[in-house]
Parts: sequence; structure tokens; C-alpha cells
Amino acid sequence: MDYPWNFASVFANSDALLVGAIGTLRIFLICLVSGLSLGLFVGLARYSTRRALYIPASAFVEFFRNTPVLVQILWFYFALPMLVPFEISPLMAASLGISLNSAAFSAEIYRGGIQSIDKGQWEGARALGMTTAQAMRRIVLPQALKRMLPAMTNRGIEIFKMSTLASAVSYAEMLQQGKLIASLDYNPIEVYTVIALAFFVFLFPLVQATYALERKLRRSD
Amino acid sequence: MTSTPNEPLLRIRDLHKQFGHNEVLKGIDLDVFPGDRIAILGASGSGKSTLLRCINFMETPSSGTIEIAGQTIGTALPERLGKQERRYTETELTRVRQRAGMVFQQFNLFPHMSALDNVTEGLRTVQKMSREDAILKARAQLDRVGLSDKASEYPSRLSGGQKQRVAIARALAMEPELLLFDEPTSALDPELVGEVLRVIRALAQESRTILLVTHEIGFAYHFANRVLFIADGQIYESGTPAEVLKNPRKKRTQDFLARHNEFNF
Repeated sequence: MDYPWNFASVFANSDALLVGAIGTLRIFLICLVSGLSLGLFVGLARYSTRRALYIPASAFVEFFRNTPVLVQILWFYFALPMLVPFEISPLMAASLGISLNSAAFSAEIYRGGIQSIDKGQWEGARALGMTTAQAMRRIVLPQALKRMLPAMTNRGIEIFKMSTLASAVSYAEMLQQGKLIASLDYNPIEVYTVIALAFFVFLFPLVQATYALERKLRRSD
Repeated sequence: MTSTPNEPLLRIRDLHKQFGHNEVLKGIDLDVFPGDRIAILGASGSGKSTLLRCINFMETPSSGTIEIAGQTIGTALPERLGKQERRYTETELTRVRQRAGMVFQQFNLFPHMSALDNVTEGLRTVQKMSREDAILKARAQLDRVGLSDKASEYPSRLSGGQKQRVAIARALAMEPELLLFDEPTSALDPELVGEVLRVIRALAQESRTILLVTHEIGFAYHFANRVLFIADGQIYESGTPAEVLKNPRKKRTQDFLARHNEFNF
């Protein structure tokens, strides 16, 4: 194998890659915030004993956990506009698909985290006169979030990588831009190598930062 | 709201508690007057902890009434199958729980908060007290249980006895009219029991109203003005410590005390 590596066209189009990187970051941030916060509400509803909350939340989780994100994105982009009276942009379709999927997965992490907290913590809080909502917000959730951090880190990494699925609806994120560059000189090897490395270079330090956060939170243990 | 000395602070009538088909409390009647120090004894599974936990509604009574300072808690539901159930709203129960503070066997301190924050938490979140006032009050309570130097420590850095004293300070800070202790020393190493019992004794000397579920019979004898012996979900024998603990009249009380004294020397 003496393949003549040639990165010239990649570097010549680095501005296009930069546009892609911004697109990737945009999807990542939208889906991280909306997916994990929607997931909290769904997770709380899944934990609830009220059927009016529990049943729709469970249906939501099961539906979005058991259908592929790529299909959801394509559905939101191609099918949903026929049902609603407004345009769906590629960014909207991709963000909807990835956010709802992440909400479904993170809801299960929230629920598991909350359930892992000892019953005595609820009793300690209620014995002081706290309402269920106060006990959840002040006592149970802060401890549960700490335990959930490793699982949530995984979710974050998944969301970041799932952003590439937006290329299926031609949203200008990194993979989409890479495809375009690759088609100029027919050098997919160089382009996809650079893209893979770019993902790694971004994610690796981010994950290290969450390890540091975990260590910091562990101080009270 | 305070009650006059001849009116009970707490009045329990025909209290029943069932877990599924298992009836744990089978009709408890009890009057607790201001300043009463009541020790509740009994074998494990007798229902003594459940009785205590019904008073601040950690457990919802299956039937019967609980009255605090003349005010019956909950509203009656239509009678069903001869059982009078009651409905309790969260708002009402949060108020009851502020009046009846509880200290648990397993402390139930909040591990993500320092000792001081454990004590200020209820003041801030429930009583909406300002941060400054809450800290002042919490420091005074930690001082009372002898832990002013541990205010900034997390529970994981405290011994069992220290944790339980923080839990007592946390309950006291809410200024409850009634203090419920649910086996406060049962999870402690023997050498740490004394420091907790001394704090409880000091509270008793302030003529607070206290209900204590315990296995420390010696302490019960010195601490209480009344002793209840619970067996099979009922108050089996009650009276002064001298009556119940020195000269028990009934067989099961005698057997229980004999078992407890088996290895005394």
C-alpha cells in the first residue's frame, strides 16, 4: 500500500470545513440543551405515580428509543412538512430527531438516577416539611445528577457524533462539507481522516473535563 | 398554636395501620401532654416505629384520627366497609411535619451538604428564612449539640454520633412542638451512644415534648415520665418507668425485659 496521501484539497477548502464545524457545534448545542432538559421532564413523568403523566411519558420513551434517529430526521424533513403548514429546515429536522431521541434516552438515565437515591433522603426532606417538589429539587435531584454524570457524558458524546446524521438532509455540518470536498478531487480518504480527527480533537478534551468535574463532585463523598 | 397543660398536645384515637394484608397497628389510643417524655418499647415488628411514623405522617394511617393541639389532621372520607379513612393534603402534612420534628435511626442527613447547610436547609426552603438568619439559628443549634466546630464538614467526614447530633440540630432548628426519635442510637457503635443520649436528656430537661422509640431500657427509665410497651400493634402495658420497667404486671412485658437483661452483669 503506497497510497499517495494528498491533503491539498482539504486544506484549500478549510473554510468550508470551518463552516461545517460551526454547523456541527450548532446542532450539538441545540440538541444537548433541549434533549437533556426535555429528558428531565420526561424522566420525572416516568417516575411519577400519576398515570396521566406516566403513560404518555412511557409511550414517548419507547417510541423514540425504538426507532432509528436517521429515519426520524428524514421523516421530520420529508413527511412532516406535508402535515404542518410551515417549512421545516434541515437544521430543524435534524435537531428534532436528535433531541427527541436524546430526550428518550436521557429520561431513562434521570429516572434510574432518581430511583437510586435512598428512601431515607426523601424521608429526611419530608420530615422537615418539604413538599415532594422541594425534596426533589433540593435533595434528591442534586445527588442523582452527580451519579448520572458518567451516563450523561456518554449521552453528550452520542449527541455530538449523531450530528453527522444531519448530512442526510444536506445540512452543512462537518460530514456534509466533507462529502462536498471529497467530490472535488475524489480523495475521500484524506477528507474523512481529517473529519474523524477533528471529532476526536474536540471530544477528547471535553470528556477529560467531565472527568475533572466528577472528581470535584466526589469531594463530599 | 400552643395548648394549655391539661389539653393534650397530641391525641391519637383508634389508630390502625395496614401494609397490604398485614395489620401493624391495631387500634392505638394515646394522649400526649405538653412536656411529656414518652419512651416507646417493644420487640422488633411490634409496630412501635410505625406508631411514631404515623404521627408525622411518614406513614399514612389506614384509619383513626391524629389531633395536634386540638386540630384533627386530614378530612374524613365517606365510610367504606366500616372503615373511616381520611384524606391528607400535602400542604397540611408539610405543616404537621414542621410541628412534629423527627430524628431517624439512619440519620438521613443530606450527604451533598455540609453540617451547617443540613441545618439551614429546612429553614431556607420550608420556612423561607433569610440566609443570614438561617445561618445564625443553625449555628446556635449546632452549638447546642456540641458541634459548632464541625459546621463546614460534610456528613461523610463525621462519626455516627456526630451525624445523629447534626440530625437533632436539624430537627430542633425548625422549632417543633413535638420531637419524635425513631431508635436514634440503634445504628451507632456502643461507644457513640452516650453522646447522643446526653443531647436527648438535655432536651428532656428543657421540658420539651418528646416521644422516643428505643431499645436503651436504662435510658428510658431515667428519661421518661411514661413508658409504653407495644406488642402486636397495641399498647400492651403503660405507666411510669418504675411501674413498667421495674414491676411489669403483664407476662409479655416481663419476658421482654428478661430477654433484655439476660446478659447484664
